Amino acid sequence: MLTPALSGQIINLFAAIMLLLAFAMLAQRRVLSLINLFAMQGLVLTLSTGFVAHTTGQTHLWFSAGITLALKVLLLPWILHRLIRQLNVQWDVEGLINIPTTMLIGIVLVILSFNVALPISQVAGTITKGTLGIALASVLLAFLMMITRSKAVPQVVGFLAMENGLFFAATAATYGMPMVVELGIALDVLVGVVILGVFFFQIRERFDSLDIRHLEKLKEE
Amino acid sequence: MSPEILAVLGMPLVGGAVLALFGHRKRAAEINIAFSSATFLAAAALVVRVIDRGPFSAFENQLFVDALNVFLVALTAFVALTTSIFSRPYMRIEQEHGKLTVARLRLYHSMYQLFSFTMLLVLLSNNLGVTWVATEAATLTTVLLVSLYRTPASLEAAWKYFILCGVGIAQALFGTILVYLAAGKVLGSGMDALLWTELAQVRGSLEPTVMSIAFVFLLVGYGTKVGLVPLHNWLPDAHAEGPTPVSAVLSGLLLNVALYALIRFKVLADGALGAEFASRLLMGFGILSVAVAAFFLSRQRDIKRMFAYSSIEHMGLITFAFGLGSPIAAFAGLLHMTVHSLTKSAIFFAVGHAAQKTGTQMMEDIRGLVKVSPTVGWGLMLGTVAILGMPPFGVFASEFLILTTAMREQPWATPILLVSLGVAFAAVLGKVQPMVFGDTTARRLPHPPALIPVFVHLGLTLMLGLYIPPYLANWYREAARLIG
Repeated sequence: MLTPALSGQIINLFAAIMLLLAFAMLAQRRVLSLINLFAMQGLVLTLSTGFVAHTTGQTHLWFSAGITLALKVLLLPWILHRLIRQLNVQWDVEGLINIPTTMLIGIVLVILSFNVALPISQVAGTITKGTLGIALASVLLAFLMMITRSKAVPQVVGFLAMENGLFFAATAATYGMPMVVELGIALDVLVGVVILGVFFFQIRERFDSLDIRHLEKLKEE
Repeated sequence: MSPEILAVLGMPLVGGAVLALFGHRKRAAEINIAFSSATFLAAAALVVRVIDRGPFSAFENQLFVDALNVFLVALTAFVALTTSIFSRPYMRIEQEHGKLTVARLRLYHSMYQLFSFTMLLVLLSNNLGVTWVATEAATLTTVLLVSLYRTPASLEAAWKYFILCGVGIAQALFGTILVYLAAGKVLGSGMDALLWTELAQVRGSLEPTVMSIAFVFLLVGYGTKVGLVPLHNWLPDAHAEGPTPVSAVLSGLLLNVALYALIRFKVLADGALGAEFASRLLMGFGILSVAVAAFFLSRQRDIKRMFAYSSIEHMGLITFAFGLGSPIAAFAGLLHMTVHSLTKSAIFFAVGHAAQKTGTQMMEDIRGLVKVSPTVGWGLMLGTVAILGMPPFGVFASEFLILTTAMREQPWATPILLVSLGVAFAAVLGKVQPMVFGDTTARRLPHPPALIPVFVHLGLTLMLGLYIPPYLANWYREAARLIG
């Protein structure tokens, strides 16, 4: 049987890997690797949720881990892989800001998240409370990825990574949301990705490219 | 168990499924109207029941009705009905102009019903997690509606809308998780800790630090959807590029629904933190939205963009009113929600037909509407005068109440509000006046426009300006008491 201290350590390890992967995604230039990193982040999320479920005996977290595994490790990466194969776009990811600068902004965001999360984690009664800062940091790093990338696919991966961060936060703060809500969120994410998949084709048909910089016609004069 | 709630939510859901199957048939627009009418009748029955027997909850407390949401349910069902009536000839003309295929029309009708469903679910849900899920689902359905024409501009608008609201709404989810955390201390972990009715009872003992951080995230999240400055960027594009019936329900309904969600959280935050914290934030964002939107109005050339900015201005004003916090300000805010919703959708109906008659949304090319179609011209003119807050329309009454309350409670805000309203007045009237009068650029349409909704809405706004029926006033007061 694991001692609480050791369980805490293992959870912190998972959290650290989450954060590392968030940074790796931020630094990644190739779109295929980006999707693989996203799948890995999903896997870490599944493992850590499963581990928390095991140590705390919160059975509904097993379902949550199952949803994550099915959706974020298998289904969504599969859809994204198919999409980029069909669209035949395996180009490099171009950023609007260069990568070293993005990383520096990322570090500032992490410090910020830890500060915001500190008073919250003092309230939380979970064994995972220490990881709340990392969860918030993953959300903000994914957000940063969304706003600094100029292509459609990385933006969507950023959106999904943000969802990963939020699931991690829910586990860290409260051992997950009630089942109905988690199912609803998963459904929204899935439908969202399908809609965006259709969008990719539409955008490429209209603009001959998936570069979001073409989508800058609507501006204030 | 409540058959009324079941019908209010069931009708649009079934309608969405039926229209997904038959939306390409000739009678799809009529089916759409039929389902919207059924939803409205169910909402009316719900209102009667709430008046008779007071607030109640259903489905193991997952859904609930009280004075605050029943009034918005009725308004939502009503505007969804009139918009479906307007959309029948409008979409038919769009189809004949070659802007839409039959398959798109099926998508449109199905999504229209599902969009109504998601909004009603946000309003009726007692579970704050489900509120979030439904808000996100509303975003998804409207993304499909905004991109309906599949033009480059509409794809861009829809993409921007999806990304911005997706990011925003993710912040709201984080906020919801934090509320759940704060509630877990009092209510234990489990479904109860997300039920608003349960939370409202223990709001005084919710952990204040967590609630304050949660409210900031929720404000950013739902505020994006309300279109508060500086989170408003998606709103003008989505309004301008989507089909006009969609602009009408976006402005008239979706913004209200998002604000409703925010107000529910404000009630909880007030309980935990005292009224100051949330009030200041709401007033700040509100007044910023009013001022920025008012100054952007004069720079617009596209008519739907201009009225989209006007929506930002009015949502800002309503947010400010709720921030003021006193019962009279909340009363004014609720009244303003109603009259803005009615007037703005009426304006979009008139604008839609005006744009079809002249073949453009550019204001300098729309001229002399009154000559070709007096009803469209006068509809637009009266709607504009009403939305700018001229007496005797209802917008005047609510703006007057908000301003006088602001003078008493937050005197610093009054000059900013007055100047902004003045700037907005000059900008909008100056642009609309030549569109309505003068030499004409308009031509006749193949189908007669549906203008009854325009005048029904304006008639109701006029009535609310002159006389608020006592039961409605009681109702607002009851709802204002819930907020305050």
